[in-house]
Amino acid sequence: MTTTAGPRPRAKVRLADVLFSGTARVAGILILVALAAVAIFLLAQALPALVADPADYGSHAANFLGYVLPLVFGTIWAAFLAVLIAFPISMGIALFISHYAPRRLAQGLGYIIDLLAAVPSVVFGLWGVQVLAPAVKPLYAWLADHLGWIFLFAPPASGTGRTVLTVAVVLAVMIIPIITSISREIFLQTPVLHQEAALALGATRWEMIRMAVLPFGRSGIVSATMLGLGRALGETLVVAMVLSPKDFISFVLTSSNNTATIAGNIALNFPEASGIGVNALIATGLVLFVITLAINSVARYVVNRRKAFSGAN
Amino acid sequence: MKPAGQHRPADAFRLPKGNPLNTVLTAKRFGALAALAVASTFVLSACAANEEAPADNGGASNSASALSGDFAGSGSSAQKAAQEAWIASFQTANPDVTITYDPAGSGAGRANFISGAVQFAGSDSYLSDKELQGTFAACTPDTDVFEVPDYISPIAVVFNVDGVDDLNLDAATIAGIFKGTITKWNDKAIAALNPDADLPDATITSVHRSDDSGTTKNFTDYLHQTAPDVWDADAADTFPYDAGDGAQGTAGVIDAVTNGTNTIGYADFSAAGDLSIASVKVGDEFVAPSADGAAAVVEESDPVAGRTDSDLAIAINRTTTDPSHYPLVLVSYLIGCDSYADAKAGAFVKAYAQYITSADGQSTAASAAGSAPLSDVLAGKVATVLDGIK
Amino acid sequence: MATVTAGSAIPNALASGRLPKWAPWALLGASWVAAIIVFALLTAGAHSDFNIVGAILVGTIAFDVLLVVLSRLVEGARQATNRLVTSLVSTAFIVALLPLVSLLYTVIAKGLARFDIEFFTYSMRNVVGAGGGALHAIVGTLLITLGATIISVPVGLLTSIYLVEYGRGSLARAITFFVDVMTGIPSIVAGLFAVAFFSLILGDPGIRFGFGGSVALSLLMIPTVVRSSEEMLRIVPNELREAAYALGVPKWLTILKVVLPTSVAGIATGVTLAISRVIGETAPLLLICGYATSMNTNLFANRMMTLPVFVYSQYAQPGTPQQPYFDRAWTAALTLILIVMALNLIARLIARIFSPKLGR
Repeated sequence: MTTTAGPRPRAKVRLADVLFSGTARVAGILILVALAAVAIFLLAQALPALVADPADYGSHAANFLGYVLPLVFGTIWAAFLAVLIAFPISMGIALFISHYAPRRLAQGLGYIIDLLAAVPSVVFGLWGVQVLAPAVKPLYAWLADHLGWIFLFAPPASGTGRTVLTVAVVLAVMIIPIITSISREIFLQTPVLHQEAALALGATRWEMIRMAVLPFGRSGIVSATMLGLGRALGETLVVAMVLSPKDFISFVLTSSNNTATIAGNIALNFPEASGIGVNALIATGLVLFVITLAINSVARYVVNRRKAFSGAN
Repeated sequence: MKPAGQHRPADAFRLPKGNPLNTVLTAKRFGALAALAVASTFVLSACAANEEAPADNGGASNSASALSGDFAGSGSSAQKAAQEAWIASFQTANPDVTITYDPAGSGAGRANFISGAVQFAGSDSYLSDKELQGTFAACTPDTDVFEVPDYISPIAVVFNVDGVDDLNLDAATIAGIFKGTITKWNDKAIAALNPDADLPDATITSVHRSDDSGTTKNFTDYLHQTAPDVWDADAADTFPYDAGDGAQGTAGVIDAVTNGTNTIGYADFSAAGDLSIASVKVGDEFVAPSADGAAAVVEESDPVAGRTDSDLAIAINRTTTDPSHYPLVLVSYLIGCDSYADAKAGAFVKAYAQYITSADGQSTAASAAGSAPLSDVLAGKVATVLDGIK
Repeated sequence: MATVTAGSAIPNALASGRLPKWAPWALLGASWVAAIIVFALLTAGAHSDFNIVGAILVGTIAFDVLLVVLSRLVEGARQATNRLVTSLVSTAFIVALLPLVSLLYTVIAKGLARFDIEFFTYSMRNVVGAGGGALHAIVGTLLITLGATIISVPVGLLTSIYLVEYGRGSLARAITFFVDVMTGIPSIVAGLFAVAFFSLILGDPGIRFGFGGSVALSLLMIPTVVRSSEEMLRIVPNELREAAYALGVPKWLTILKVVLPTSVAGIATGVTLAISRVIGETAPLLLICGYATSMNTNLFANRMMTLPVFVYSQYAQPGTPQQPYFDRAWTAALTLILIVMALNLIARLIARIFSPKLGR
């Protein structure tokens, strides 16, 4: 990299270039405009509920904050559990497909996992209600009987299996393909030379992955996880169909007392809501918006701190 | 940037091999796109086989087929199956009419009707006084709306307990179970009502609707009126207590009760399927849900006070002691304008509402949705109201 | 680092201290057999049902632990870690397959009941009880999703190009950030927004039409498209761009002819994923597209049925008898999965045709 003295050469400005970059910029701005429109809509609809008496929309809480706080907890709790389950499994699958399975097999396996993303949330809901919940019910009873002293499994166990843990498992199954397929593509793009260099130095396969593949894909992994988390936070129908919701905060994983989530609560109560009730539900939607904003800021911060490792640039 | 530049000459060398400008590929590309285009046109030009020839039954259609146009209703999801059956028969008789019914929920249905988005609404609750004071966009200004019962369904208390097929319960016991004050199946209160039953020493899992619903409102109304000491919460769309399991929709409750252990729940009688159904104490007897019992209690209940002549809102007599009544019942209403701003809509709603509440329409709903037909007396009152629609 | 044995002979560094190739497999088989025997004995003692899944699970866990211990003894710590990760990764894969298999089995087993010609040629107009089909819902889903794709892919792809190739400064940062925020829009809110937006613009409080659904779905789809294509564009090696510039290729042509083709496989995966993400959405479509039993091929007028709404309504509000409704629901779900499978295949085909043939 030698620097030359003298006048810097100026690149010719081409019309096509200007047009192309302009279009790209307009597309970006369009997204901001659309989001601003959604935000304005949410704010305008939410404002009446923020000042109204919670009794008007059927809540026992003292004010809107008291109404929304359990929902915030429930949303984050369910999504957190889902990501907790989905993240390690997704990394495992992505690595299995990119670095462990024979190449021919890997393509087919990748396709099968992508299929999981294709299953509509209604079907996940049906499966959760009719197959998973009855299947895990005895396990919950066992956990409550034997590990009930841990606050997570405090008895009594749910008699129907419709708990936050069941929801988290269904949500995890839903977001696994999202996290997996993006991470897999990233892992596959790891420069071959980096990998071969690591192997040539005597690294085992895992050491090679740890030293070459994971650092290369770090930003992509975070992005993929954020996408998955976004879906888990905003998922409506599965939570509505599978969860047995209550309006107070509960950490217990295996009982009927589970905190409702924002999106699930909207889905459950919107059809019968009228007047200020609609505003209250939209206000909770606004809160979900803010939660996502906060979580994403944190993730951005983490990625940016590690920028030195990320990407090909 | 720096390490990448040094480590990957091989990638740069591969570029010419994979040159995307390769012309051979272009032909293949167009082939694939063309195939896609052909496939999509095929799909889009497809036509539903059952919609192709409305002329088939054109000869059979009567004078009512003067009606034409697209009309929409919205509201109660409880009415959905019945509405679909009504729509099917009505459209067959009037081939030029297309009706849609959004089962969006009673609240949404009433809101849509008030805003003029739909010509009629189905609702599990009658219009509130506050809603009646407002204006209705689809109606001629300064006219009233009509509100008639069109769908009556008994609500069954369903349960799934090993070794128990028959169960007798009174209101106070039901209230205790769903409120969470009675927690075991062999509780004294239940055992006293069922001396012959072999009740297990198991925890009761009660299942209620987690979504707001007219079914919950009617269920809690019944408990609040007949057992106010135990059930101290007012009737509401939302289940009022923290006890038990929540499940979404009638189907969700049925699923939860079926797949759970030692469960009990409440749901539309028609959806109960193979589940065991509890008999409810009315007067001195235990009464199982039935269409006749439901129709009887609705017929003998008083109208809601302070309503116009065309508003047949009913305050159901939950505390009846007549054992031919089954007071745990849901009444759903058809709501429309007395006089429509759009004459075509008026003609349609009149014909459709008359069909729905006719003996023919009610028996169609009974077979397709398991509802209880309106009694003759009530149907007569409804017919008088509907005659006045313009 | 390798363990040095106390023996006098110098060990062959390349061949010694390794488990033979058959060892893991033999160990796996032995663990399974042992677990099944233990479970069978327990079953006989407790009079409960024999649990083959549990036995295999316990056997597999025992195998993982044994292999690591054995490997650590024979091969040393680094190899043991490697083996541990290998079995963890493989286990993760199998664990993920379990729900998939269970789900697919459920859908196929229950969906085949009505998987007949009538289902694909009939709508639900004037159908009560058994019979009828979902052609109207299939057409509706395809049209609405097509609409959403036509809106989101250009916008999303161009935005990611802007972010990767042009974007510097605060605008790019703002877009990146707000795209993330957009992933958190609950689907039902997107539907509410679409209803409010279009009833305001078109002045019809009861507006229900297919294109509104496309717009609502686009709101959900765009962030997925942007995020995934951004990642894919970012990992295109800079050398490719630099080589193109060095040859005098303008920037826009470089992007169009070098950057995009190189990453097209990943972008296609991302777009398919985005479509899969929205094609199964129910709540927003119920709000803006409404509910219909008749065919409608016009995106811009009247209510339009979609498969997810069809599934949901058939399950949630069945008539009597209920079975035909549930059968239709499962068959529609199966159809939806097949449609996405086909889309997936098309995406792969596109990726294969367009992407340069690299070594991988």
